[in-house]
Amino acid sequence: MIGKQEIADRANKALAEEFEIEISNISSGANIKETLDLDSLGLVDMVALVETMFGVKIPAQEVTSIVTFENLYDFIYKKLN
Amino acid sequence: MMKRKVVITGMGIYSCLGKNLDEVLKSLYEAKSGIVFDPKRKELGFRSGLTAYLEMPNLKSVLSRNQRVYMPEQCNYAYLATDEALKNAKIDADYLHSNEVGLLYGNDSSAEAVMKSIDTMREKKDTTMIGSGGIFQSMNSTVTMNLACIFKLKGINLTVSGACASGSHAIGLGYLLIQWGLQDCIVCGGAQELNPYSVGSFDGISAFSIRENEPAKASRPFDRDRDGLVPGGGAATIVIESYESAIKRGAPILAEICGYGFSSNGDHISVPNVDGPSRSLQMAIKDSGFDIRSIGYVNAHATSTPVGDRNEAKAIADVFGAHKPEVTSTKSMTGHEMWMAGASEIIYSMLMMKNGFIAPNLNFENPDEDSVKLNIPSRKIEKQFDVFLSNSFGFGGTNSTLVVKDFK
Repeated sequence: MIGKQEIADRANKALAEEFEIEISNISSGANIKETLDLDSLGLVDMVALVETMFGVKIPAQEVTSIVTFENLYDFIYKKLN
Repeated sequence: MMKRKVVITGMGIYSCLGKNLDEVLKSLYEAKSGIVFDPKRKELGFRSGLTAYLEMPNLKSVLSRNQRVYMPEQCNYAYLATDEALKNAKIDADYLHSNEVGLLYGNDSSAEAVMKSIDTMREKKDTTMIGSGGIFQSMNSTVTMNLACIFKLKGINLTVSGACASGSHAIGLGYLLIQWGLQDCIVCGGAQELNPYSVGSFDGISAFSIRENEPAKASRPFDRDRDGLVPGGGAATIVIESYESAIKRGAPILAEICGYGFSSNGDHISVPNVDGPSRSLQMAIKDSGFDIRSIGYVNAHATSTPVGDRNEAKAIADVFGAHKPEVTSTKSMTGHEMWMAGASEIIYSMLMMKNGFIAPNLNFENPDEDSVKLNIPSRKIEKQFDVFLSNSFGFGGTNSTLVVKDFK
């Protein structure tokens, strides 16, 4: 069982490192694409990173519903619990 | 239509002889070898652990993550070489924004990126896990696609894949496009990956020297006791443009490209012959319009393989006859820089011409029956020369020759 806070901490650390931003720039309500400067290709790398970190696959049709970091933590939390 | 004069206005390089023009010039002058023994290659099952050595640049402070993620190893070298060449040519971002500057670069593999993508696919059974960089890093045109986007180039955008003559053909084709008025300015060059995976299959056909106990003596073009080539890598870029374009923007004119010759052997896939290279040499000299006696230095393709060097020596001896300019192969210092070699060797020759010396053909201790007919200095000589000729030949029998004249 993994808590939402732990998911957020681990995801933020990995995303900040991969996309080279300060972790302090990530807040749960912020827009992921804008914060991480993701275009459609960057989004592929985010999906791959989440799968590597958490073993959770984000199907292509569900990527568009993940807009904020909070959405992402929720998605991972639901898949893992 | 009158053919236009084509000049070189900038150069940049990242090679085992140095990370920029100044370092490379110093290494050439001091005749330093860039060859080392890499024990990791032996662990991978290589017959030869010899290779040129390059430090992988860290571009994190100059390029964003979203620019670097699509760049395989050789693009890193090509970026640095091109950045130096553009600065050397006094071309800035504003100029690139408002003019159609082209890009023709030699590259003929991106093996490590292909291998990593396939490894991931096999392991994960999920192509998404390859990541976004895989496709762009894997393609043969990876260098031109990356450089064109990073430097925002708007002219011709094309990779030239002509085996070990790729870099030379890229310059030759750029010369033709400018000569005939189709482009005013083109960034030309060649890049070569150096990771072991890119040359494992080459090692597998026993083409590499196995003089592993003496790495600096392993690459010995034209020497009687040569036993194969040593793989090298890096990138080299030159900026070429019409004379009018260079004058108009007040660019530093370094030299003029006067001749380009090319041919195909129409023969064996790996064994070169004499006729093909001879025709390439003759075509370039004819194109230049120079009397053969005005050519003061020949930068040979010679890679240190038994048959290749012998046949090139025959071709040079046949074409030059009684005139015997100094002939050296800078591969004696760098190893064989393959896709990059045709471009880097123009820069090595330019640096020597501009600084009045000819670096030695390292390890040329005893000639064979063909190289004895050439004038091959085994020590550095101080010599002023105004015109040089550079050969590049590749698998499949592709040949390219360039003739360059100093501009004072």
